Amino acid sequence: MSINKDTIKKISKLARISVTNEETDRLEKDLNSILKFVEQLKELNTDKIAPIASVSDQPLTMSEDEVKKINEKKEILQNAPDKNTNYYIVPKVIE
Amino acid sequence: MSDKEFNYYISGETGKWEVVIGLEVHAQVSSNAKLFSSSSTKFGSEPNSQVSLIDAAMPGMLPVINKFCVEQAVRTGLGLKAKINLLSIFDRKNYFYADLPQGYQISQFKHPIVGEGEVILDMPYGTKKIGIERLHLEQDAGKSLHDQDPTKTFIDLNRSGVALMEIVSKPDLRSPEEVAEYIKKLRSIMRYLGTCDGNMEEGSLRADVNVSVRKIGSKEFGTRCEIKNVNSIKFMQQAIQYEAKRQVEILEDGKKIDQETRLFDTKKNETRQMRSKEDAHDYRYFPDPDLPPLKFEQTFVDQIKKKLPELPDDKKERLIKDYKLSNYEAGVLISDKDTSDYFEDVAKNSDVKLAINWVIGDLFAALNKIGKSIKESPISSKNLSKLIQLIKNNTISGRIAKEVFELMINDNRDPKVIVEEKGLVQESNVDELEKIIEKVLKDNSEKVAEYKSGKDKLFGFFVGSVIKESKGKANPALVNDILKKKLS
Amino acid sequence: MTDLAKLTLVESIKYVKEKKCSASELVGAYIKRIEKSDKLNCFNTKDLENAHSKAKKIDTNQKLDKALVGAPIAVKDLFCTKGVKTTASSKILSNFIPTYESTVTEKLWNEDAILIGKLNSDEFAMGSSNETSNFGNVLNPYRLNNQNLVPGGSSGGCASAVAADLTSATIGTDTGGSIRQPAAFTGIVGLKPTYGRCSRWGIVAFASSLDQAGPMTKDVKDAALMLDVISGYDEKDSTSAKKPKSSFLSSIKNNVKGLRVGVPKEYRVDNMPKEVDDLWKEGIKILKDNGAIIKDISLPHTKYALPTYYIIAPAEASSNLARYDGVRYGFRAEGKDLTEMYENTRSEGFGAEVKRRIMIGTYVLSSGYYDAYYLKAQKVRNLIKIDFDNAYKDVDVILTPTTPTPAFKFGENADDPIAMYLNDIFTVTANLAGLPAISLPIKHNKDGLPLALQLFGKSFDEQTLLNTAYFIEQQVNFKSQVKDWWMS
Repeated sequence: MSINKDTIKKISKLARISVTNEETDRLEKDLNSILKFVEQLKELNTDKIAPIASVSDQPLTMSEDEVKKINEKKEILQNAPDKNTNYYIVPKVIE
Repeated sequence: MSDKEFNYYISGETGKWEVVIGLEVHAQVSSNAKLFSSSSTKFGSEPNSQVSLIDAAMPGMLPVINKFCVEQAVRTGLGLKAKINLLSIFDRKNYFYADLPQGYQISQFKHPIVGEGEVILDMPYGTKKIGIERLHLEQDAGKSLHDQDPTKTFIDLNRSGVALMEIVSKPDLRSPEEVAEYIKKLRSIMRYLGTCDGNMEEGSLRADVNVSVRKIGSKEFGTRCEIKNVNSIKFMQQAIQYEAKRQVEILEDGKKIDQETRLFDTKKNETRQMRSKEDAHDYRYFPDPDLPPLKFEQTFVDQIKKKLPELPDDKKERLIKDYKLSNYEAGVLISDKDTSDYFEDVAKNSDVKLAINWVIGDLFAALNKIGKSIKESPISSKNLSKLIQLIKNNTISGRIAKEVFELMINDNRDPKVIVEEKGLVQESNVDELEKIIEKVLKDNSEKVAEYKSGKDKLFGFFVGSVIKESKGKANPALVNDILKKKLS
Repeated sequence: MTDLAKLTLVESIKYVKEKKCSASELVGAYIKRIEKSDKLNCFNTKDLENAHSKAKKIDTNQKLDKALVGAPIAVKDLFCTKGVKTTASSKILSNFIPTYESTVTEKLWNEDAILIGKLNSDEFAMGSSNETSNFGNVLNPYRLNNQNLVPGGSSGGCASAVAADLTSATIGTDTGGSIRQPAAFTGIVGLKPTYGRCSRWGIVAFASSLDQAGPMTKDVKDAALMLDVISGYDEKDSTSAKKPKSSFLSSIKNNVKGLRVGVPKEYRVDNMPKEVDDLWKEGIKILKDNGAIIKDISLPHTKYALPTYYIIAPAEASSNLARYDGVRYGFRAEGKDLTEMYENTRSEGFGAEVKRRIMIGTYVLSSGYYDAYYLKAQKVRNLIKIDFDNAYKDVDVILTPTTPTPAFKFGENADDPIAMYLNDIFTVTANLAGLPAISLPIKHNKDGLPLALQLFGKSFDEQTLLNTAYFIEQQVNFKSQVKDWWMS
């Protein structure tokens, strides 16, 4: 499997990163080289092997249903590039 | 009732079509805190006042699961008679939107907490089982306000991270009516269990509706379209009607249905396509590495099962059995937890048969007239019980009780007090009654003679006159007895 | 007069506790060096004013009982520090000031360590040479023929700062070798603890199932002390392990008799430089001569570790970095609508390597490719873990070189991402298997550059790891050959 410019366009849309034509050329080369490298895994037969999503055996610890008011609105909005007293503000989505 | 036939079909030029519907219901879990953070879930608070660092997806933040939300999901699964999975996994559903701070939603994809179950509907044509495919836990997103500014959208993250149960039905529904009943039943079950308040106006319950059509008798499923985020039963029904018709028209034209996501325009009463297909989401689900698998023992489930309240279907059976109610009466009474709670309170504290009539008859009529729900009933169950007791112990007649009931609508006091105030206590003193009866008979001696010579119908006239003479207070049963004796 | 900045962490704390110097003098010594070392570009942010006042406070209060009292510590700019800019060495967070403190840094300040600044790194911890930072390259205090060398990465700023005595100790993060490899390149000690040993709460996440915070120090005892302070269960991190309180420093044993040391044949790669091979043999000899039992072992799936890593790490990163969208914090670019804003923000805000990894990560998770890449990688990860589980039936530690080469020149791997990735070939296995591993400087090569060996330990057995490293350290007596060439 290899990545072509069309795929790069699709991935960049999914990842919300715009790419110039120059970058697309570069990415095509780099990403294919990475893909080729990782394709080695195909050599292994893993039919009977379970996938692991984590190395820890930890059970999922659960917390109590207690409301803890930790962060005030002001703090939450503090770092926003565009906001008013009450809301985060972003450019509109064009439907 | 049950000899009606199912008949929701769409007639086209090439024949009759049936509509196949599946619902994905999103139900907000009733809990104090959110699914993976300790922020409050209260509805209607000031924007961005119930947002923690985790909810705002600040750098370095990590999720910790709320045990109670897990219990609520298990509880709901038990209410759906479903398989509870002792092992389930949280996955990330990746997509970008301004009200999705993490850029992914924590959900469950391959291994949900609850598996297959069922919901039973009471339709005019009989009971119908609707299969449940699965139930899983996931985070709700925040809210985008598009109407505050012409070029900008305002974001409120209060709702971001609230626990949702997504309940996926099998494609077993076949009409807007069945959909309405399904939603009502689902909502009722969750309200009984206390796992979701089912308040659609507040957004606690919303559904994505999947609609497809096929020729009657066909075993294959047609291409379906998904109508997203419908937040009232009425809209769901309208959307289905429109969509089914739209699809039939396309198919009858010989064209194909495009599988797509649509929105229901409540103003135009039609479904329309959402933003273009090429933006089709690839959610790239993968197990959330911040959360080990959710595991619990069967004992955890059993503990929850032990403490389950009585479920609507079981309550209905019991009411029918214990109180000899008809299927219809029982159905009406259990349809809503508030109603059944009210009824049982009254029935327990007075008389069952009278309770049925007064609740289903008089109370429902009165509530309808003033546009209030039983929860907002101006007459409390306690006071209605007392009213019925007054009838039962002959303090007042049924007729007087109706008068008192009308008064109580605007005056929710102890009916005993009202009766005494208004001097409505039934006259049951035999001597007093005899006095009144004697007067009536004396004043109507010709009619007495006519009655004695065979005009039986006049008995009613005498009863009526006695009641009138007593200003309605005469005990009708006693009047009957005494009159019978005197006229014999 | 002792140059206080040349003392180890343990020594300097002893000085303060024994009042051989004040905290202000200790901090002052480091600040003096920092102010002359901008050429190395180790610091993204210096917090010298605050450092001065904290030191003064300690001197005034004279409460000298805490474990790190007076120690000036700069930390990798991936740890969120309250009120102090935290950038992850990226443009997208270049103006971000957290309102919260990461769990592990909180532990440092609770023991009266003093924050002196945030250290440069590869952007979002992605890199092996500290050449991808938005704030410019970091220089290795070691040079080759007066030519600048990379310090390694991603914790390049950390390694360089410790080696150049600009901080008494530091903590970095290690996802595929980002603590150990730069430690090896700069001649210092770098420890990656067992996954779950230290909390990840408040650390800018790169790859959640691989990231671990860990000490980078002048010697092994310093690393043990730091680990004592930063380790521990955190209920805010669901992957954090519940283990008894550690006391690694006080339990260090200078003895390797009977220690079973595994030497994995698969780490002897093709074209391994002779000096690295010789180094390895030297390490084996030291242990063998002192009573350790050397065993040849096989970790059969070693060669698949790097490809596995380069699927899993980018995949998790692509999701973890989705929150950097310009909505709630950080850099935001202009855009005519939301989508354009996202695309411009992330395109301008992220550097080339980060974008590359996000793209690969997005690809391997995408529909149609998930099974072939991500799922496959998770299975191979299991095989790698099983390799170690099997090996540890017969050995207690595993000895390998840390890196295939010593520090290299800037731009050497600029055109070939794979060549750069190969730097991690010996280190990624520890992250994939979740095991603790330490890099220890052994000697200088003929060019005067440091060479290091790596030890892997059993899960949560950092003690044996530290003991073994300590023993070797005492045997080889590595002395830094860093000259202050960069001070003007």
